[in-house]
Amino acid sequence: MEKRELTCINCPMGCQLTVEMEGNEVLSVSGNTCPRGDIYARKEVVNPTRIVTSTVRIIGGDKERCSVKTANDIPKGKIFEIMKDIDAAVAHAPVKIGDVLVKNAAGTGVDVIATRNIHQI
Amino acid sequence: MKQYDIVIIGGGPAGLAAAVAAKKAGNDNILILERDHELGGILNQCIHNGFGLHTFKEELTGPEYAYRFIEQVYELGIEYKLNTMVMDISADKVVTAMNREDGMFQIPAKAVILAMGCRERPRGALNIPGYRPAGIFSAGTAQRLVNIEGYMPGREVVILGSGDIGLIMARRMTLEGAKVKVVAELMPYSGGLKRNIVQCLDDYGIPLKLSHTVVDIEGRNHVSAVTIAEVGPDRRPIPGTEERYTCDTLLLSCGLIPENELSRSAGIDMSNITSGPIVNESLETSIPGIFACGNVLHVHDLVDYVSEEASRAGENAVKYINAGCKAHEGSNDIQLVATSGARYTVPSTIDPENMDKLLTVRFRVGDVYKNCYVNVYFNDERIMHNKKRIMAPGEMEQIILQKKKIEEYPDLKTITIKIEKD
Amino acid sequence: MIYDVIIIGAGVTGSAVARELSKYNTNVCVIEKGEDVCSGTSKANSAIIHAGYDCQPGSVMAKMNVRGNAMMGDLAKDLDIPFERNGSLVICIYEEEFGGIKELYERGLKNGVPDLKILNHDECLAIEPNVTDKVVGALYAPTAGIICPFKLNIALAENANVNGVDFRFNTEAEDLKCDENGIWHIRTNNGEYLTRYVVNAAGVYADKFHNMVSNNKIHIRPRRGDYLLLDKTTGGFVKHTIFPQPTKFGKGILVAPTIHGNTLAGPTAIDLDDKEAISTTQDGLDQVIEKATMSVKNLPLRQVITSFAGLRAHEDNHEFILGEVEDAPHFIDCAGIESPGLSSCPAIGEYIGNLLRDKMGLEEKEHWISTRKDVVATADLSIEERNELIKKNPAYGTIICRCESITEGEILDAIHRPLGARSLDGVKRRTRAGMGRCQAGFCSPRVMEILHRELGIPMEQIKKNDIGSEIVLERTKGESK
Repeated sequence: MEKRELTCINCPMGCQLTVEMEGNEVLSVSGNTCPRGDIYARKEVVNPTRIVTSTVRIIGGDKERCSVKTANDIPKGKIFEIMKDIDAAVAHAPVKIGDVLVKNAAGTGVDVIATRNIHQI
Repeated sequence: MKQYDIVIIGGGPAGLAAAVAAKKAGNDNILILERDHELGGILNQCIHNGFGLHTFKEELTGPEYAYRFIEQVYELGIEYKLNTMVMDISADKVVTAMNREDGMFQIPAKAVILAMGCRERPRGALNIPGYRPAGIFSAGTAQRLVNIEGYMPGREVVILGSGDIGLIMARRMTLEGAKVKVVAELMPYSGGLKRNIVQCLDDYGIPLKLSHTVVDIEGRNHVSAVTIAEVGPDRRPIPGTEERYTCDTLLLSCGLIPENELSRSAGIDMSNITSGPIVNESLETSIPGIFACGNVLHVHDLVDYVSEEASRAGENAVKYINAGCKAHEGSNDIQLVATSGARYTVPSTIDPENMDKLLTVRFRVGDVYKNCYVNVYFNDERIMHNKKRIMAPGEMEQIILQKKKIEEYPDLKTITIKIEKD
Repeated sequence: MIYDVIIIGAGVTGSAVARELSKYNTNVCVIEKGEDVCSGTSKANSAIIHAGYDCQPGSVMAKMNVRGNAMMGDLAKDLDIPFERNGSLVICIYEEEFGGIKELYERGLKNGVPDLKILNHDECLAIEPNVTDKVVGALYAPTAGIICPFKLNIALAENANVNGVDFRFNTEAEDLKCDENGIWHIRTNNGEYLTRYVVNAAGVYADKFHNMVSNNKIHIRPRRGDYLLLDKTTGGFVKHTIFPQPTKFGKGILVAPTIHGNTLAGPTAIDLDDKEAISTTQDGLDQVIEKATMSVKNLPLRQVITSFAGLRAHEDNHEFILGEVEDAPHFIDCAGIESPGLSSCPAIGEYIGNLLRDKMGLEEKEHWISTRKDVVATADLSIEERNELIKKNPAYGTIICRCESITEGEILDAIHRPLGARSLDGVKRRTRAGMGRCQAGFCSPRVMEILHRELGIPMEQIKKNDIGSEIVLERTKGESK
């Protein structure tokens, strides 16, 4: 049996959660004051995911960087691999909000998309 | 210069929402004045996600959230001027502004909506001893440099203050290849959201030291090291607890201050607690026809609440104009009083005549309260008794008052909000 | 090339001497280790023009202070810099120490300070309502004034430069030697400079150069002063400069309005060994608050926008050392220039200028330019005046620093004028952009962009001030490499 400690992110309480696990199976969650803590803990220990936001280099635009995000949640463990792809990417203006700037980032199947418009100059 | 009914100072989230709401309420003669070269305000540099859950039922990044409103401004044909700094607002609502093309110009407005936002508390206000070298940034300035301009301030970072911008920047700098060594927070609790502490610090193994502050900054030309120390209950450093961190960057995220220079010079009555204007139920300031919303009124925790509040300001400005720009009479005003842990309320007064069926009153608490009640008293009678598992200074609280209920109390003079054990 | 005169240091003393010498047909160069003028003691002080009552009668200091004060009005007019005779009060809060006030008054009379007056309790509170209620009486000196030390220093240097004086920045004198022909060789990090005369205006380092050439050693101790600067919303908190009674460590912690409408409190007087130690300390800042609140009531400490420290060049005998060094011909000292150095600088310039004129037999130039125009302060203009300016140059329509209301036009002027700004601090000291309540949080990226565009300096090389004070390190996304 393995024990994992987490901080619940649902409200300012920040309950310290203890999750007991057997392999990939959650045996119990304790320390939570409400059901939201239980749901959070079960997801966070088995399959923690995040949205990654950053910027991509732009050529020929009214800005030299365009803000971007992963179009969906990606596995937490892939954050830095995805950042490598984002850092290497270069896009040419114009860019429209929602445009795909990195396809299938770090093999996750998730695209990185623009979150703003960049005008051509 | 063309005449306008409503002049909105600031094209950030508050100004945009106020403009859209005013237009939808039937006024076609609105002008937004924005000092930056694009609409959207500070949201443009807040490229992280987490905005808009309340408004749009989805998580957006800052630029995306702003764009939802900017699109509406375009579609509704609302006029705006960019790169335009408002220099003065007079008590009779003449707005003086300036830009390259028009020079300095004056617009007499029927109503003015203040939506200037807030700014970060600078180092000076914190009185940190040490040198004053390069490498010290407010977190927001660093955010602009990294996210908009694409420059890294440094590679080894210490952050003072655990406000949300500081936490967000800890993650941003880390993702861009910097090493964030520590986040020090003067208070025994963080002013930031739990989610940000977990996802911006814990995810990357960045330590958060509560009850700590910076006691020395080294480096004559550029920051080379920062010393932090634990503070006692009096918030003064405890000798012997010093820890030195070599670094090339110090970010400060130590609170936000509403930006009210224009309001003050107009002669608007201000609150010492929020540093924003004192407003009535219509979000109208002490000068009839001048309304305030968003972070210039009081610093908000979520932009969704800014948009909601600003929409009300926009609608109320139209109401004021449609009713012939009459000064609010005020003799039946009910005073709102925040005490026993509640620090302030927005609004500060209610004229039951002018109030909507439901009125949201927002406030903040002065400390962390667990398992306490938000009690609301009409005169001396307790009317509301809401249990809260937790309340913290970093989060805005609210109560909703019903017009119907208030009308049951014809002698109502004060509504008091208290945080109590029972 | 051999210069006629090299001045070491482009502080307020060196620059005042440079301006005086620029009146004559002679070849002058100022070498400065900082990246700009006003980089040392001159940049962090009380910004006060003292009346001259507290110097020892008969001292060089007394003479220079009283003469400098008298010259300041015309000089400020010629150089187009703000200066106001707001008057000072030395207040007494203990009945038994009132004798000290009378003594100061007598000293002032001996020094030739005009219009001094002793005020009683009521008279003090009548002209200065925020002075402590404990005030017993005060010495009132109406000729004391307030000035912008940056602008004074910059204007002196700029005017000298327009009149032909060379300035070499980032140039640090390392060694000094006189050869057999009487030519001085100054070794610097930027090569060797040759000159017939040397003026040592090196501030806290003046003893280092003096001691290189003379057997009569002097010792200058950096005496640190911590200050607190309050927001402009406190403007008018005090109208006069309020001093406590002086002690052996100096004139004490004052509370004063600044010429730009802030309130200033300080300095401490902490003797150090490190000549670069301009870091504030918690003790120092606490002391400022403690002492300042003894002189005035209701000091709005919530309005502090910044704290800083400066070093005064305190010579062991607390006296200005001016003139040719006895055992080092053609080496002229301006050493030990601590307070009242700022007040005295026009007189020191004049004194050294006359000395060199007579020694070197200098002749006046036919076309010496005595005046200059400062960067226009648009905040003081009417709408019509602004619009006229914007029509000529639209950059005057763009606000860059919102706190001080500084336009792009003012910043461009600061960059492109003689001895123009090349750093954020350079822009700040010439225009006040970044001096307001947000302390450059808002305008620094914008000013960086302007410097980058106008001077072609890569963003990564734009500095706060000296070499090593770069603001940003590199581009994101590895683009710098």
